[in-house]
Amino acid sequence: MDFLVILADAGRGALGPVAAIYALAAIGLNIHFGYTGLLNFGQVAFMLVGAYGVAVTVAVFGGPLWLGVIVGLVAAVVLAFLLGIPTLRLRADYLAIATIAAGEVLRLVFNSGVARPVTGGVFGLQQFAGAFYAVNPIPSGNYGFGRLTFSQRDLWVMLVGWGAVALATLGVFLLVRSPWGRVLRAVRDDEDAARSLGKNVYGYKMQSLVLGGILGALGGMLLAVDAQAVAPNTFNPVVTFYLYALLILGGAGTVLGPVLGSVLFWFLLLFIDSALRQAIGAGYIPDEVISPADVGAVRFALVGLGLMLLLIFRPAGILGDVEEMRLEAGAGATPRRRRRGRKARPAAGKRTDERVGG
Amino acid sequence: MTPDPTLADITAEPGVPKPDPLLVLDGVRRDFGGVRAVDVDHLEVQRGVITGLIGPNGAGKTTLFNLLTGFDRGGTGRWTFDGRDVAGMPAHRLARRGMVRTFQLTRVLSRLTVLENMKLAAVGQRGERLLPALLRPVWGAQEADIERRADDLLDRFLLAAKRDDYAGYLSGGQRRLLEMARALMVDPTLVMLDEPMAGVNPALRQDLLGRITDLRDSGRTVLFVEHDMDVVMSISDWVVCMAQGRVIAEGPPARVAGNPAVIDAYLGSQHGADDEQGSEETTS
Amino acid sequence: MARRLVTLLFLVLAAMAAVSGLAAAQDGEAVEGTLRGPDGEPVAGVTITVEQDGQEIGTTTSGADGTWLVPVPAPGGYDVTLDAATLPDGVALRDADGATLPAVTVRPGQQRTVLFPLVAPGAADDGAAPGPAPPPADTGPGIGALLAQLTVSGIKYGAIIAIAAIGLSLIFGATGLINFAHGELVTIGAVTAFFLNAAAFGPGMGLIPAALIAIVVGAIVGGALELGLWKPLRIRGTGRIQLFIISIGLSLFLRHIILVIFGSRPRPYADYVIQQVMIFGPVAITPRDLVITVLSLVVLVAVGLMLLRTRVGKAIRAVADDRDLAEASGVDVSRVILYVWVLGGALAALGGILFGLSEIVAWDMGFRLLLLMFAAVILGGLGSPFGAMAGGLLVGLVAQLSTAYFPVELQNAWALGVLILVLLVRPQGIFGRAERVG
Repeated sequence: MDFLVILADAGRGALGPVAAIYALAAIGLNIHFGYTGLLNFGQVAFMLVGAYGVAVTVAVFGGPLWLGVIVGLVAAVVLAFLLGIPTLRLRADYLAIATIAAGEVLRLVFNSGVARPVTGGVFGLQQFAGAFYAVNPIPSGNYGFGRLTFSQRDLWVMLVGWGAVALATLGVFLLVRSPWGRVLRAVRDDEDAARSLGKNVYGYKMQSLVLGGILGALGGMLLAVDAQAVAPNTFNPVVTFYLYALLILGGAGTVLGPVLGSVLFWFLLLFIDSALRQAIGAGYIPDEVISPADVGAVRFALVGLGLMLLLIFRPAGILGDVEEMRLEAGAGATPRRRRRGRKARPAAGKRTDERVGG
Repeated sequence: MTPDPTLADITAEPGVPKPDPLLVLDGVRRDFGGVRAVDVDHLEVQRGVITGLIGPNGAGKTTLFNLLTGFDRGGTGRWTFDGRDVAGMPAHRLARRGMVRTFQLTRVLSRLTVLENMKLAAVGQRGERLLPALLRPVWGAQEADIERRADDLLDRFLLAAKRDDYAGYLSGGQRRLLEMARALMVDPTLVMLDEPMAGVNPALRQDLLGRITDLRDSGRTVLFVEHDMDVVMSISDWVVCMAQGRVIAEGPPARVAGNPAVIDAYLGSQHGADDEQGSEETTS
Repeated sequence: MARRLVTLLFLVLAAMAAVSGLAAAQDGEAVEGTLRGPDGEPVAGVTITVEQDGQEIGTTTSGADGTWLVPVPAPGGYDVTLDAATLPDGVALRDADGATLPAVTVRPGQQRTVLFPLVAPGAADDGAAPGPAPPPADTGPGIGALLAQLTVSGIKYGAIIAIAAIGLSLIFGATGLINFAHGELVTIGAVTAFFLNAAAFGPGMGLIPAALIAIVVGAIVGGALELGLWKPLRIRGTGRIQLFIISIGLSLFLRHIILVIFGSRPRPYADYVIQQVMIFGPVAITPRDLVITVLSLVVLVAVGLMLLRTRVGKAIRAVADDRDLAEASGVDVSRVILYVWVLGGALAALGGILFGLSEIVAWDMGFRLLLLMFAAVILGGLGSPFGAMAGGLLVGLVAQLSTAYFPVELQNAWALGVLILVLLVRPQGIFGRAERVG
């Protein structure tokens, strides 16, 4: 077992294009779920329309790449309205089911033979991002140190991807500290209270959905460009689950949560992957228990397990405020009993029996 | 605390016209699967005074509040606010027009600080629009103004010390104070308080009562639902009594308290009144 | 609580380590078959090609046991061609024009079995023992007959969805949990029965005893999840949305454990696979599907009667309808919730077995069914078991009947489309009551 190889694999996961793609989509989801409380389980659908916006424009209609980006963004806005106008009035968990169903419908339709002339059906579309790589300013070669290296192609995608992540993070940072962000957080806490103070709750939810959806679409575009290919089955609901897992890992409702979450998530995932493969290869794990073909499945199972443990033991994630999180539980259901005493806060008054909500 | 002179000459009977009504209801009804929860033929609420709304549990008081404030859009009939028809208007627009309510179960935004709760309530904030929100210079000065106003109010409502705490940590009485102070940030014409004394400890009661009369003395109109008769009798200028969805009596506090119909309604509903509590509470 | 949870997880992991490491890597839909000559002996070395719209999807050669399998990327219509030139001497196609089977329909998750009847060269075209006829749906009868046929298969599909969805609905009603891991209860039932019935190293029981044991296993898993996971979390006061996301984690976890144990290749049960169709007027149905349909409907009626007539059933409905009220009137809510999980687990397992029998057993069959179950439950009104039944039938019918006019690969999209539509118009479901506001 070569520990350096494992670390290099994990490091490549943490810094590589995929982590940037997921970070971008998760920043969008953070606006939905972390700041507005919208349980959007169709984030992958925004990624899908972003990716196909680029792919269809370039590969099918022969348009330029920049036009594809605009098409993808417009498609995301349209999708946000189509999803939002009817569903934003629904209760949170209904919204979750409606959005996941809408995402699946979209994937099935893009996958179908009927849509093949435009979407390429199950085969998808390929080779549409040449223009992106043509303007790569990085001289060819491998960059990095030790075993952790990236090609100039990867580096170019990473540069653009992490650049977009940085811009999006800055935007979220500015927004959540503004009165606009204050209204979003108020909507998350208690819609009716926000409404009673003259805030157009529906309008803010829609803005949140559009904004987060656009970030999801950008993530999808980057995914398409990175792979130089799109196929509908890439965009299955599990992608959204991944996004939730890494968002909660980093800390939902924090500015850096999705970024830290994505980096850490992909580091751990590839660390486990590489370590398992090496352990099997070296005979530490007998083939009958886990065969190399099962590593992918074991990895998914561990993500599921991790998501459960995280929500059970540290729902605030790494960056989240535990105190704040505990206040939230009161909004959904009245806690029957508290596990441990609350650390004394200097200025906090005595907790009363009356809970928020109603 | 003298009774408002403008109401002195008015006959105490349900639906009586008033000299300067702010809120006028006509044929307002609300049905829940065959049960008529609200059935008000005509009611006027006088501007600039405190009107108490009483009635036994299940009389439809909170349901009427929800209808008037746009939180329940299932009602019929028409009602005007400050001369304009507002029936069916969404809650947030009513609030911006100056009709602000509080809730029976307090609704502070527990994951916002007390100060943020206050600042949120200010209307016409430039920084609440998406693109200007990105540019602090556009809204920074307004924000500072709002913060000053909020701090003034927090001082008056004895919450200055809690300014930077999460509102979720406030006690029941402090939440009532915060809700009322927050409502004032909207600069309302009409303040509608749903059981403002519920869950408030006796030490804070007098204080809260003082705040309510202050509202009137600063020219605002107050309509409030309350179960505690002492409270109703001590601060109301006018009292409206509902039973089974209808207005059965209205008049100055002393007159209503002695009204046989009111006494009947309270005595007649004693049985089982307690288990009906739940049906009136929710609004969403 | 933490210790219990860890114990539970270790049990699952131990189970995973004990069995495991089966099967090759193949995903989802495929076209497959077994070539047998006139003497019943397998025919090896025959080339078979699968195409779609003239584009080749894959090609394969039949193995020593006569079996062949071509994975296809998605549900849809495929042309399957047997290269007659590769047939060994002494074997010919019964129908000389039958070398290509056009537009073979592969449904989502299906491994479509395709038959090439082979005969001795002289016997061609004189109709020796007729093989199982392809279902009439593929041969293009009149639209009325097609609709009748699809209605029958829609009832079967819908009844299976309904059986699996009752538990989902009751669990929501009783605890407020939207259980995303309910699909895995379905898969656990189907896979357990598979191991008892058809696995190479299993006991090779008949399907019926295997199914009975699998249903008991489903009930136990349901009960264990309640006692080991959900009840402790409820007591801790975990918020509803957190519980919902925990169930997603559980679903991912269980599904991939099953993948490791069962393997990714879908496989059928050992019994009742190939059957002669029976013709009732316009409808052709195999005895197997007939039994599945009738049995499903009987189970639905039985569960309905149980909920309406028995003490336990009444208590379950009371808790699902209004937990606080039930608690106030002296119902032991925590015990009833356990019953709900046990009943839900058992029904989900049964649904899984029936689905596996009617289509195929696969590691992700429950997840594929999950959104349709949600659709059923929401259509019927969350928390109402009878609504879930009606909703399930409706979803099944919509999915199947849509294929009369639209491509088969979109059948589930139509069912989900109906879900979205209903959520928009009547969020409380077709049969649900509007909640009283204020």
